[in-house]
Amino acid sequence: MTQLVLIPILALLSSMLAAVIIFALPEQRHRLRTGINLLAALIKVVLVGVMTWGVIHQLDYGLSYEILPGVSFELQADALAMMFAGLSAVLWLLTTIYAVGYLEDSPNRSRFFGFFSLCVASTMGIALAGNLFTFFLFYEMLTLSTYPLVVHRGTEKALQAGRNYIIYTLSGGAALLLGMIWLQGLAGDLSFQETGQLVDLNEELHPQLIMIFVLLVAGLGVKAALFPLHGWLPQAMVAPAPVSALLHAVAVVKAGAFGIVRVVYDLYGIEFAALLGVLEPLGWLAAFTIIYGSVRALAQTDLKRRLAFSTVSQVSYIVLGTAVFGPVGTVGGLVHLLHQGIMKITLFFCAGNYAETLGIHKIHELNGAGKRMPLTSTAFTLAAFGMIGVPPLAGFITKWTLGTGALNVQMEWVIGVLLISSLLNAAYFLPVIHRLWFQPEYDWSEQRRWGKLETHSWLLWPPLVTAVLTLLVGLFAALPFSPLSWAKLIAAREYLP
Amino acid sequence: MSNWLMAGLLFTPLALATTSLLLNFRQGRALAWLGMVLQLLVSVGLRGLVKQEGGFYYSLAGWDAPLGIELRVDGLAVTFLLLTTLVASGCGIHAGIYLKPDKPWQRYFWPLYWFLWAGLNTVWIGGDLFNLYVGLELISLAAVGLVALGGQAEALRAALRYLLAALLGSMAYLLGVALIYGQFGTLSLAEVAHQVRLMDQAELMRPALVLMLVGLALKTALFPLHGWLPPAHGIAKSPVSALLSALVVKASFYIAARIWLEAGEVVATQWMAQLIGALGAAAVIWGSWLAWCQPRLKQVVAYSSVAQIGYLFLLFPLTFGVDASTSLQAQQGITLQVISHALAKSAMFLAAGNLILAVGNNRVDALAGVSHFLPFSLFSFGLAGVSLMGLPPSGGFAAKWMLLQASMASGQWWWILVLVGGGLLSAAYVFRIYRASFLERDEKDHFYHPDRRLEVVAMLLAVASLGLGLAGSQVLSVMALPFEEVQ
Repeated sequence: MTQLVLIPILALLSSMLAAVIIFALPEQRHRLRTGINLLAALIKVVLVGVMTWGVIHQLDYGLSYEILPGVSFELQADALAMMFAGLSAVLWLLTTIYAVGYLEDSPNRSRFFGFFSLCVASTMGIALAGNLFTFFLFYEMLTLSTYPLVVHRGTEKALQAGRNYIIYTLSGGAALLLGMIWLQGLAGDLSFQETGQLVDLNEELHPQLIMIFVLLVAGLGVKAALFPLHGWLPQAMVAPAPVSALLHAVAVVKAGAFGIVRVVYDLYGIEFAALLGVLEPLGWLAAFTIIYGSVRALAQTDLKRRLAFSTVSQVSYIVLGTAVFGPVGTVGGLVHLLHQGIMKITLFFCAGNYAETLGIHKIHELNGAGKRMPLTSTAFTLAAFGMIGVPPLAGFITKWTLGTGALNVQMEWVIGVLLISSLLNAAYFLPVIHRLWFQPEYDWSEQRRWGKLETHSWLLWPPLVTAVLTLLVGLFAALPFSPLSWAKLIAAREYLP
Repeated sequence: MSNWLMAGLLFTPLALATTSLLLNFRQGRALAWLGMVLQLLVSVGLRGLVKQEGGFYYSLAGWDAPLGIELRVDGLAVTFLLLTTLVASGCGIHAGIYLKPDKPWQRYFWPLYWFLWAGLNTVWIGGDLFNLYVGLELISLAAVGLVALGGQAEALRAALRYLLAALLGSMAYLLGVALIYGQFGTLSLAEVAHQVRLMDQAELMRPALVLMLVGLALKTALFPLHGWLPPAHGIAKSPVSALLSALVVKASFYIAARIWLEAGEVVATQWMAQLIGALGAAAVIWGSWLAWCQPRLKQVVAYSSVAQIGYLFLLFPLTFGVDASTSLQAQQGITLQVISHALAKSAMFLAAGNLILAVGNNRVDALAGVSHFLPFSLFSFGLAGVSLMGLPPSGGFAAKWMLLQASMASGQWWWILVLVGGGLLSAAYVFRIYRASFLERDEKDHFYHPDRRLEVVAMLLAVASLGLGLAGSQVLSVMALPFEEVQ
């Protein structure tokens, strides 16, 4: 039985210890540091794999001890937790490989990889948190450990972005804390539980519960970049590419979206939330953010900024799926948690490759890059098609499921939102793809060459792997262990029998 | 057993203080290490004793109250004794390396240091009002001496100002004590509390309570009586600033809290409790704002103390007229705040001292590049900052959480706004320092690299303040050790 307690702790500690060791290593020990980093990432993948196996077999991984009078520190591994933990474990491994290649020969690597590991430890904690209090612990730890990454370059611009990032996220944290303490006063220390926890509260408390919901979602919405709380995200683009990948696909934005999913499903319970009438406004907000993000993305000339606004839009699919009441809609939202991560990280890896190899930052500089960097460009194209929702790629699965889910519960307007958003996605991605493959080569002044390959091999493999994944999770969506099946498993456990 | 422990607790610091008057700095330092080990043994021993047999009253040299000196060893006292050992040892070790032995006046550091420690121990276990006063005076005088150490004009000015404030505070307190003695003919805190509860018109004692609280608030630097603190803590040598901010201001607060919890409920009014809380809230806002404005690093940390002390005074409204469990939550929250602030602030002052040593001056904007060349020093500063901001997982957050719970349970929601808003304000001044140190201007390492041991001490204290957040229940369990009423 002890292994049931030990494995979640080890999953947390693997990256926590890696961080401590990396901080302690002298700056010049690059090989050793890379070795430790990759080892920790592999161990984490294995541990998460073991836990996933256990969750399928209904094993109860977790621990709980009283951290302060009245609240406990609680870890638990349920199906939803494993979805997020699995995503971050796998993508961390790839991002680490990518970051090692990306930051070769740059200063402050010890600091970078240390905080990078801390960041992933926090993400793992967020995934495994068994109650709101523990979730909050790691949620704020994530804020703190990403700050040094955002300001990594140490320029005025980076520091300014870091300042805004902190203002947004700490204010969000404060809203979350207010909601939490209020809820604690009403209902005590609540564990996350499938089908929710608050149904039994007195009906007189419902107005208060609605206000608490607003506070919690506002707090989480900052990280999830819900309109109008998304302002920090495009600015944070000054950070190095692996950090952007981390912010957009693995950790920060996802932590916010995941938190909203947790609050709706495992704290309030989807049926109770629907009863309170908070889901519909949340759905409208998500729908607006989807359209708004896409429209803003259209107007950007900087590649990374366009991708950033695309994230604003795409993450809200998860929230939209959460807000659509009904099992199929739930599946659509949950599955996008994984799909968006895989697709977006591919896009950012590719953007980083263009910047590192050809010095490309603006979209018009991409002209003809497909011939010079065919593999990267193929990966980019695949992921972009996925985002648009071209079958049989990952994004199509999401949109199809979301649409069916909405139709099942007579929310036809969702179809409209999906259509408009897909058109907009096409409008801002297709020109990029057109430039890549069908335009004459731009004159890149800052080119670098790495041997035979089109770019550094550590930079090339991660986007290729994730691009193939984008294809596979779409093609084999019906197989067991695909994101879609896993999301179905969760949804089956979230609704009252 | 208890005789040996009490003797060790009270007399070794005094003996060491007088002995080290005769020694030079290096010899004093060697002796101090011995003393630290002794204090550690004694305080751990006392914890064991209280855990086994419960807390106890102890009459010094066999003289019973009301004539003799009455000491009260309970869970809370043991908690603070342990805290003092930890923090004072850290500061002492740091000072032994940080202060240059070649300056002739440095040898006075050790006697003052041990007098200070003796005073602190006396206050934590003091059971009667006069005894507490003696401890407090010992602390104040030693602290003023420590600030003046170094002898520059600015330091002397700050020390003089500090002395004046401390004396005024003592006078007010002593007047209150005199009124009480006139009324009850006893100074034992327990006895006085007992008698007050029996009085028909307890509000007659209100002037005495107000006098004592005002005096203690002045010594604790509660807004708007905080003017003496930032110059004194800003100009003192870093290990001294650490001692002052971490422990000295807590001693007077501890007495105020003891008096309030014993007699406040019957003597004071809701109005008074709320007023004290409001002053605390004002301190949080005003102190954080001024901390944000300071151009010099140590002044930032000093003003941050003014703000953090403000939280402590939320104890008064949160324990007045509420049920026992809420009051307990508030007391636990305040205890955690005292501990976490002591650890974090001492770590921060020591780290600030290291940074100043490295950079060569005290300005915040001189920190550019520190994160590249001196990550370790910055890291301890940063970790301490996490606790001050009250972000998890730190002791500061644990404290804040308990206070939030107490505010929620007692329906005093306005303190929730102060607690949450105060956290954001402190983030503003802490992140200002981070920001300055992450800026990279030039590629050359023009910094002096301080002794690694200096950095390790600061780091250990910072880690302790952070770890407190994960072990809050365990630490609070020491405070809750049983007490046997043998009176």
